[in-house]
Amino acid sequence: MTTTSTRTEQPRQDAEREVVLEARDVTKHFTVRGKKGSAVVRAVEGIDLELHRGEIVAMVGESGSGKTTVARLLSLYYPTTGGEILLEGKPVSHVTGRKALTYYGQVQLLFQDPFASLNALKPIRHILGRALKIHGKARGAKQVEQRIHELLTRVNLTPPEQYIDKYPHELSGGQRQRIVIARALAVEPRVMLGDEPISMLDVSIRLDVLNLLKKLRDEEGLALLYITHDIASARYIADRINVMYAGQMVEGGSSEEVIHDPQHPYTRLLLDSSPDPGRGLEGDQQSLFDEVGDLGEPPSLITPPKGCRFNPRCPFAMDICNEKEPEKVEVSPGHWAKCWLHQEGRADLLKQRNIQFGVPIETAAAEAGIDTVNAEDILDRTVALEGETTADLGPFQP
Amino acid sequence: MFTGFLHNRRVQIGLAAFGLCAGIAIFGDLILKVYGFGPLDVDYDYVASAPLRGGHLLGTTISGQDVLSQLIAGARGSLAVGTLSALLACTIGALLGVSAGFIGGAYDTVVNAITNVFMTMPSFALTLIAAGYISAAGGPGSAGMGWVMMAFLIGIFEWPGMARYMRAQTLTLRGRDFSMATKLLGEKTWRLVLFEIMPHLLGIISARFLAAIMAGILAEAGLNFLGVSTGGVISWGTMITNAQNQGALTLGFWWWFLPPGLAIAVIGTATAMVNFGLDEVTNPKLRTGNEKVVRAFLRRQRAEARAEQRTAVTASN
Repeated sequence: MTTTSTRTEQPRQDAEREVVLEARDVTKHFTVRGKKGSAVVRAVEGIDLELHRGEIVAMVGESGSGKTTVARLLSLYYPTTGGEILLEGKPVSHVTGRKALTYYGQVQLLFQDPFASLNALKPIRHILGRALKIHGKARGAKQVEQRIHELLTRVNLTPPEQYIDKYPHELSGGQRQRIVIARALAVEPRVMLGDEPISMLDVSIRLDVLNLLKKLRDEEGLALLYITHDIASARYIADRINVMYAGQMVEGGSSEEVIHDPQHPYTRLLLDSSPDPGRGLEGDQQSLFDEVGDLGEPPSLITPPKGCRFNPRCPFAMDICNEKEPEKVEVSPGHWAKCWLHQEGRADLLKQRNIQFGVPIETAAAEAGIDTVNAEDILDRTVALEGETTADLGPFQP
Repeated sequence: MFTGFLHNRRVQIGLAAFGLCAGIAIFGDLILKVYGFGPLDVDYDYVASAPLRGGHLLGTTISGQDVLSQLIAGARGSLAVGTLSALLACTIGALLGVSAGFIGGAYDTVVNAITNVFMTMPSFALTLIAAGYISAAGGPGSAGMGWVMMAFLIGIFEWPGMARYMRAQTLTLRGRDFSMATKLLGEKTWRLVLFEIMPHLLGIISARFLAAIMAGILAEAGLNFLGVSTGGVISWGTMITNAQNQGALTLGFWWWFLPPGLAIAVIGTATAMVNFGLDEVTNPKLRTGNEKVVRAFLRRQRAEARAEQRTAVTASN
């Protein structure tokens, strides 16, 4: 695919950029107490992550896969259970006081819900002013006001005089999210951790906020972790994409490679779930609805499945998937996946045009007898489900 | 923040009424001197007389005591005990509740246990017993206990509800995104509690404070009624109790029990008015546009519409 090659040749990807924030084998277990005693929730396990200067890294996964926990671990809101977090090569632990302040001055968190993350009783002047004052970026009322004007201009809230004395409830969702970004920018951080920063926003203003984040990356060299469940927005904004499933990272690589050449069945599932205007143009409309099957549920993190955590939902699951956890395999430079298909030499399965995830709907099978157009399709899927074919049906086209 | 608070009409009325009562309470002796009748003086010529007779503006009681002078003297007893007890209850309640909610852990467990114990105690009966001991300690014929001690006794049993309320509110506020955001900005904990979380609690604190004042005034009246004296101090509560005991209701001496009842109602209304204003300050969403400006705007809009209509009519003619 032509787009892949042009995008990967961008200088951004080639230049070796300095690592600002790094997570090494970070693990977080929560202990929950219930009526039946306590249990351990394995929210996040073995996360390796590098955030480079001037680069946006996306973290994609469904609800409950531990994305937010990763952001909170990196912002030191939770102490880690294992592994270490390194800021510019120096390890940090959960600290308080002055040490924490210097860390907060480098790493800032963007919140998902702009309606909850601003104090409703405080005007913008106070919200941004405190951020400036805590980190000693401005002193005296006059200087603070001037800096707030600068910040508001940077996040495209102009003219700033119109916004500085407003209360959060007087602003729209997009404007509030800009205030949240401005608050994070006020401390002049090197890393921003965006915890689904656009998912609560109206669709019409999402692009604005994404472009603002892109601008901050390009003009100020900010490193951004972009957490989302929307793989399309990740593709738009991110240089690299990591896919999370059930608290673990299952695939990672440059955005275009992950999107166009997914190397993990779960990534395929995510991609197939995202809306595609081109789908259904060829063939019949009916097949669009046939694809919907029971896709299964994310596993319990208290008793995760043995072996690969995706195996109960995986159409290609083999015996080994149920027994041993797959190792990280580098498919192409910078693009890795944790899946037994690669070790077993069956990675071609991932390139099929149609993959039937989960349990096919019974009615679809019943219809197969009547509807001759669909019969072949369904047969293909059934074969794929049983893992008896390695036929390459051509490269996946999104 | 508080300039807007003082411009609010309700707050102005409330503060004026409250200030009037407070002024009467503070300068009561002076006013009584000018008025000429003492609260306990007996006027044998005008016993149980209706208002405005013999210089008694609000009439006299069944034993010939002036109702207005009693009302003035009673303001001090009622207001002082009510306010002080409420202040005490709210301070203890807020301090324990907010700290327990915010710090959590073992501290929270201990504070919660103490709160629960205090909550299950029959507070009024305990106040009565304690008050009985304290006033008896002065020996027979002593002037009873002072109003400060009375307020202390009432307040010390009134805080558990407040603490419970504050703890629950703090727990929800602590978990909100904006608290987390402020913390991750590097804000000091005491500033987070005082400047970010406290303003959210002010509305509740003020409402509870008003309720506590009223409860204090009523508790004081009740204790007086049951014989725990504050050294012969007259209050609105004792006035009502006396009126009821001595048959003012059945005899139709409305001027005896109505004024102290109204006075308590006025205090209640005044505090409620202030509370509305506080609510608007602590919750900016309730702030409405300046009524005057809105009305002027609507008037002009209407006038313009009329003018337009007129020109349309003349044009069609």
